[in-house]
Order: sequence, then C-alpha cells, then structure tokens
Amino acid sequence: MTETEENIIEVKNLVKKFGNFTANDNLCFEVKKSEIFGFLGANGAGKTTAIKILSGLLFPTSGKVMVAGYDVYKHRNIIKKNIGYMSQGFSLYEDLTVKENIEFYAGIYGLRSKEIKFRFAELVEKLGIQDMQKEFVKSLPLGWKQKIAFSVAIFHKPKLVFLDEPTSGVDPITRRQFWDLIYEAVENDITVFITTHYLDEAEYCDRISIMVDGRIDALGTPAELKQEFNAKNMDEVFVKLVRNNNLQNE
Amino acid sequence: MNRFTGFLKKEFLHIFRDLRTMMILFLIPVLLVLIFGFVIKNEIKDAKIAILDLSRDNASKSISSRLSASEDIIVTEYLSSYSQIEEQFQKNLVKAIVIFENNFAENLVRENKANVQIILDASDPNTASLLNSYVSVIINNFISEKFSLNKTIPLEIEPRMWFNEEQSSSYMYVPGTMALILMVITALMSSVSIVREKEMGTMEILLISPLKPYQIVLGKLAPYAVLSVINAVSIILVGYFIFNIPILGSWFTLILVNFIFITMALSLGLLISTLTNRQETAMFISVFVLLLPTMLLSGFIFPLENMPNFLQYLSYIVPAKYYLNAIKSIMLKGQGILYSWKEISVLIGMTILLIGLSIKKFKIRLE
Repeated sequence: MTETEENIIEVKNLVKKFGNFTANDNLCFEVKKSEIFGFLGANGAGKTTAIKILSGLLFPTSGKVMVAGYDVYKHRNIIKKNIGYMSQGFSLYEDLTVKENIEFYAGIYGLRSKEIKFRFAELVEKLGIQDMQKEFVKSLPLGWKQKIAFSVAIFHKPKLVFLDEPTSGVDPITRRQFWDLIYEAVENDITVFITTHYLDEAEYCDRISIMVDGRIDALGTPAELKQEFNAKNMDEVFVKLVRNNNLQNE
Repeated sequence: MNRFTGFLKKEFLHIFRDLRTMMILFLIPVLLVLIFGFVIKNEIKDAKIAILDLSRDNASKSISSRLSASEDIIVTEYLSSYSQIEEQFQKNLVKAIVIFENNFAENLVRENKANVQIILDASDPNTASLLNSYVSVIINNFISEKFSLNKTIPLEIEPRMWFNEEQSSSYMYVPGTMALILMVITALMSSVSIVREKEMGTMEILLISPLKPYQIVLGKLAPYAVLSVINAVSIILVGYFIFNIPILGSWFTLILVNFIFITMALSLGLLISTLTNRQETAMFISVFVLLLPTMLLSGFIFPLENMPNFLQYLSYIVPAKYYLNAIKSIMLKGQGILYSWKEISVLIGMTILLIGLSIKKFKIRLE
C-alpha cells in the first residue's frame, strides 16, 4: 500500500495489441507523486496509445495499470475525475470565448458555479488576461491558447495531468513561460505526465522514459540517462537509442 | 444535471454563432418548401391550347367554349388549317391542339361516332398526359350530357381524386420536402457536429472527462432535435398558410410523428459520425447517400407502384417512405396515430437498430 501512495501511476507488463500489431510491448514503469515525468519516443513508438490507456480512452490487452490508486479496468469513472488532459490540438473551442471555454470545462467536471467564479477570477489575475477573457479563442496567439488550455486542464485541480506535446509550434520564450506554469502546478501537488519532441524540454523533467517500437528502452533521471549512454545531452541519448534500434532491425 | 446544461449551452453557442449552420437550419428549409411548392408543379395551370375546328357546328363550338371557360386552360388561337399546327408547336405557343373533324356534329348524331383529335406536346410528358386527361374529361362530359340517353356511349369516365380533389401538387410536395429536409439536414448537422469534435481533438477531452459517452451523444443531438422540430413546425405552417394544405388530423399527432422521424434521422447522423473522422466525409455521406433515396424511393416524386420490383423492395429500407405515409394520413385524411401504427413501429425499430449499431461501433473503438 505504501508503494501505491507514493506512485500516482503504476504500470506492470502492459501490452496493447491492435490485431497483429503490438503498440505497447510489455511496458513497466511508475510515476511518483508530484514529479514531472517525461514520456518520450519517436513518432509511432506507442506513446499516444499508452496515454490513451492511462487516461481511460482505451482498454489494455493485458497487464496491470493503476492510475491515482485505481485500476483502469474497474474504476475508470473515478480515475476520470482525478486526471486532466491537454492534447497537442490544445483542445479549446475556437468559437467560444476564453471565459465560455473555461466555464464549459469546469462545468463538465462538476464544479459548482460559485467555485467556478472564484477560481476563474484567480486565474484571470494570475495570467493577467483581464482584457482577453471575453475574446474568442480563435483570435488569440498560439502561445496564449496553449497557456489557457493548460489552465483549463488543471482547473478542476486533478491529481495528475497528461500533456500531449503541449508546446509544439511556439517559440522558445513562450515555451519557457509554459514551463513556469508546469512548475507552478507541480508545487500545487499536481503530477505532470508530458510528451514532447523538444529534447531540451526533456532536461526539465524529473524523470524520463524513452519508447522505441512499443518498448520502453530507457528510464531514469536526465543525468542518469546521459551517463548510461555516455552522451552530452538528451538529444544524443535519443539519437543513440533510436539508431541502435534501427541497426538491430537491419 | 448541471454538467449537462453546460454542455447544451455550449452546443447552442456553436450553432447560433455559425452563420452557415443557421442558414442551413432555418433559411434553406423554408426556401426549399417554397421552391418545391411553387415552381415544381405537376398540376395544369393556365395551359395554352389551340383549336382547329374544321366543322364549325354547334357541337364543336360548345365544346370549344367549354374548353376556353375551363379555369386551367387558355385557348389562345383558333386555327384554320392543318398547316398551322406545326408552327404552333415549333414556336412553343401551345401545349396542345384540339382538332374537330369535318361534319363533327352530323357524324355524332347520325353515326354515333365522331372524331376529335388531341395533339400534345410530349416534350414534357407529365404535362402532356395531364392535359390529355383534362381535355378528354371536358369533351366526355359534354357528350354524355348531350347524348346521355344514347346507349352508344358505352363508357363514362369520371375520375375523382380523393384526398386531393383539386389535384394540388403542393399537397404532395410539402410533405415530401419535409421528409427530405428533416432527413438530410438533421442527419447532416448532427453528424458533422460530432465529427467536428473528433477532427478538432476536443472529442478526446470530452471522453476523458467524467461525462458519460451517452451524455456526450445526448448533449450533441438534443439541440438538433429541438431545432428540427421547430423546423418541421415552420414547414407545416408554410404549407398551411401559403399552400392551404389542410391539417385534418391533430397537431399533436403530427408533431409526434415528426419527432419520431427526427429521432430516427438523428440516430442515422450518429451512425454516420462513427464511420468517419472527417467533416467532409460526413457531409458527403449525409447529402449524397441520404438525399437520393429520400427523393426517389420514398414515393415523394415518383410513384413507387410504377417502379421495377427491385427498386420497390429497396424502398422498404427508405425511412422517408414510412414517414410520408404516416403524415399524409394525418394531414390529408385526418387519421389518428393508431392508423399509422405500422409506419411508426418501423421508424422506431429503425431508430433502435441505428443506435445499437452506433454503440457497437463506439465500443470497438474503445477496445
């Protein structure tokens, strides 16, 4: 039980097959409470499938998956209340205003309107979006859309938030600002599970796993991985891993 | 419940903020009914004909005056010779020419047999055959009145069109257009609105949220159910006030049957939305796959009885066919809901089947 309390995600021997294709091949990993867990891998390595299983969108073929202390087979509905999710499509409705978007998402998570009002005022203050709250999302710059989408994903104060390539397509300064929001969420005891293509961002994570061909081929802190692969930075770690795999396949 | 009302509010915002959606929902249906009602008519109105009377006797003159007195026919010209006939049709001056032979009245009295020829412009066969029967009826009426005691007129044809005595075509077209509009627009709008969420990636967020899948589906479909009922009522009102279509049955029954049909169209939209992730594809399926069968195989434009067996069998899976039968019996015959129990059961059965298929498709995606 102590182990469960420390880990917000526990995955043992997770296998997911689509017909003959194995998208997730015997995954084993844990995510600790209040850490930033980087979930890396090349396109098509099986990251999205794993996230879908963890967030209850897909059932695993076999294996044990616990999220926020609950089994994904049995307690999907309880898990759903405890997680947040932001996709690379930043998941806001373009034809609704910032305020309407937030009210909508807060509403479907069952927050009361008093609570919504209070937290919304807090958020407006924090992000400094007094002028922006009544604007349509489609008129906002991408960086703002991403920040607001993230704020929406953690508006109901989940224990765990999944971020699927949240920073794709914006400049380094905007990305840096985005990461400030992530750190703040972690301080508020929200665990962050993030996938990214920017390997400099991987350095900001507490621990990282790297998926290759449906398997997790590397798992550890950025420092550990750099040592293990004798690499200067995460970029090199990633390239070495993927290249090794390609050589084996040939 | 709070969750669900928030969802509905968002759906209505999507609809009311999109001009295109609003036009498809509210402008196009009314326009279509007006166009179908006014322009595409298969009744004769002000049909122009010419008369070539070679006999010029009492009988032929009275028939001619009866023809010109008819409300639906205008006699534009009295010709004097056969040579003028060709020109009349070539210049599109008339739709038909009635020719009385020489000694028409005399032959009629003496030989009990006289010839009237009707030459019709059959480039528009529908009008031609209708006009043919109009003119024949007028001539037959005259003859049977004048020679009613004469046994040599063996057949008296008196067509009477029940339930649409005036043969007004808008009686047919308004219910038909309703079927078409409700079917295509309801299925189109609902499937596109669900697929849009999939395309934008917001469907994932909704599915990850504590909302149950059935709540998402209901939240997406309910606004379109409400708007489609409003649509149906406005079409009925247009039919009632502009085309004077009688509504002999109860309004409640009429709206109930419309609601059942709309629910069926929504579940069809739901099924379409499970088949594709692209808005364009959903639109294509809704418009092309639903439009043609609804128009051609529902009995709306072409009578099903005249079709080859194969198409007649195919028409059994066209929902609009059952809907049309049901609302016609309510509107034009004043029947109650029990009279159409077969049609209504079929529509409800189809709805259940479509929802079942959608749930199955949805579950496969999850596993």
